Amino acid sequence: MLDSKEDLTAGHNSPASTGQLLRMYYYMVLMREFEESINRLYQQGKIVGGAYSGRGNEATAVGTAFALRQSDYLFPLHRDLGAHFVKGQSVRALMLQQLGRSAGPTHGRDGTGHYSDPRLRIFGNISHLGAMIPVACGVALASQLKKADDVALTYIGDGGASVGEVHEGLVMASAMRLPFILIIENNQFAYSTPVQKQFAGHKLSDRAIGYGIPGVTIDGTNVLEVYKVTSQAVHRARNGEGPTIIESVTMRLSGHAAHDTSWYVDKSTLREWEKKDPIRQFEQFLFGKNLLDESAKNAVHEEIRGTIQMEVEFALSQPYPSGQDSDSGIYAG
Amino acid sequence: MTRSITYLEAISEGLREEMRRDQTVFLLGEDIGLYGGAFKVTKGFMEEFGESRVIDTVLAEAAIIGAATGAAIAGLRPVAEMQFSDFVSNGFNQIVNVAAKYYYRNFIPVPVVIRLPSGGGIRGGPFHSANPEAWFFNVPGLKIVAPSTPSDAKGLIIAAIRDPNPVLFFENKYLYRHIKGEVPEGEFIVPIGKADIKRPGDDVTVVSYHAGVHWTLEAASLLAPDGIEVEVIDLRTLLPLDVETILSSVRKTGRILIVHEASLTGGIGGEIAAIVAERAFASLDAPVRRLASPDTPVPFAPSLEDFNLPNAEKVRQAILELISY
Repeated sequence: MLDSKEDLTAGHNSPASTGQLLRMYYYMVLMREFEESINRLYQQGKIVGGAYSGRGNEATAVGTAFALRQSDYLFPLHRDLGAHFVKGQSVRALMLQQLGRSAGPTHGRDGTGHYSDPRLRIFGNISHLGAMIPVACGVALASQLKKADDVALTYIGDGGASVGEVHEGLVMASAMRLPFILIIENNQFAYSTPVQKQFAGHKLSDRAIGYGIPGVTIDGTNVLEVYKVTSQAVHRARNGEGPTIIESVTMRLSGHAAHDTSWYVDKSTLREWEKKDPIRQFEQFLFGKNLLDESAKNAVHEEIRGTIQMEVEFALSQPYPSGQDSDSGIYAG
Repeated sequence: MTRSITYLEAISEGLREEMRRDQTVFLLGEDIGLYGGAFKVTKGFMEEFGESRVIDTVLAEAAIIGAATGAAIAGLRPVAEMQFSDFVSNGFNQIVNVAAKYYYRNFIPVPVVIRLPSGGGIRGGPFHSANPEAWFFNVPGLKIVAPSTPSDAKGLIIAAIRDPNPVLFFENKYLYRHIKGEVPEGEFIVPIGKADIKRPGDDVTVVSYHAGVHWTLEAASLLAPDGIEVEVIDLRTLLPLDVETILSSVRKTGRILIVHEASLTGGIGGEIAAIVAERAFASLDAPVRRLASPDTPVPFAPSLEDFNLPNAEKVRQAILELISY
């Protein structure tokens, strides 16, 4: 039986260069600031539909995507905005998409992170949790058939992990040794339902045993741990050794979406997790290594806020698509 | 050059020729490789094309369809087989929410074909005899194909593989080995979205597909000596529907019967009846008539199944009622 859990977590020295560390930090802050701006737009009534936040998930979103190269396939979920940015997506495109504008990637046909950009090999999420997993397996299969060594990485939550398509995809991926990585984002809540009501086991990564593949549980608030373990899984997949499940343990530091105050979450638990805020944690690390100081930190935040403000204004100035566009382009070709 | 081959051989030939022509075409499904498929449509394929292009998958329909969609968005042209069309319900979400909406949402083509052996008359019972095409008829973004002859089966499977959209290719199991016909050798395409007049006539229009076309042609032959000329329209494609061919025929004959093996309520026939009522009402000399299986699961015992299935005699009776209205 495969059990490279030991291998995956062995050695904790950061393999990332200084430049990479500062880029990771940049993308984590960008994710937080972007989502806060979306939340403000929602409160102002300028955003239609739902507004989701990955607050608390920045280390997982950024660290996992950082382990990919450009030609790898990324299937992000709704708490993985940072992964889009790491993979090369622009603030402009995502803001236009969030606001349903004609110039956005789906021309207003879908919202939030529900878009795809084949140039960047980003394939956005499908609301039916779990449905993306067989699709990501198919992309991994295509990579295998083309004798390319590009991998497919996708995510599921502690709630979504209950869906049958997750199981089917993992059965196929493990039986065919597909270059596939599944990140289970265990953020303690599926909307209002606590993880204790979602499964009876000890760890969600234990499910890997049943598939005969490695499964590992990591601290999803620590970007370096996320990056390192994901890199090892990507390396395995690239070398034809098959899929890996990584359970990344975090806390959803927001409601399910902007309308939800998460009143059902115990406040003391929330305060404990707030202490492990992935961004603050990483700042402390960077401060300790003398890679960041207060003024550099403020400069990063200011630059990002400036960019976002500019893109909010640009997106708001853009038109919605014309109504009659709704029934064109049902079929390709 | 043509020669007479079965409906099953025609599908097989179309698949084989496309796989020879285009290296990105590959097959996946349950027992399609080593075993050659439950109905032997892919017999000998693994030997010719290898295990990587004729993939025996795990027994998981959502994974098969989802993986086909993924491979399609990554630039390949997968053809997925459902062992029986009944089992497509296990992969329903992957078709209606993932594949069907992909192009509309993302402008990324999904050139995937899902082959669906369907229909009764083989004593398959409630889980191996379904005609589930209407489940998908209400889903924008899909194409639905249902050939009735070997020639159309070959021409349409090739068209389906080359189409940049998800195509549900319904194959009638009863026709697999019961129908032979002339089929062109080599590259031969029947366009998706085009119905075919299988027999011209001035007195009544019968619109059908799959086995229903053969019941109708038999009924038409029985009625011809009495001077009743039936126009038989074989839809061939159910989505998008060839509305113009139906309307121009009914404007000529003034009478229309729709025949399908799938159960009546919510079937394809209801939509055609509505279109005719909306757009050719003034041409009608009789009410629109539908003939279909009753609203039951397909029963197992021969006596039950035969009682339920439409056949040539039931089609003949329905035409006579329309004519005498």
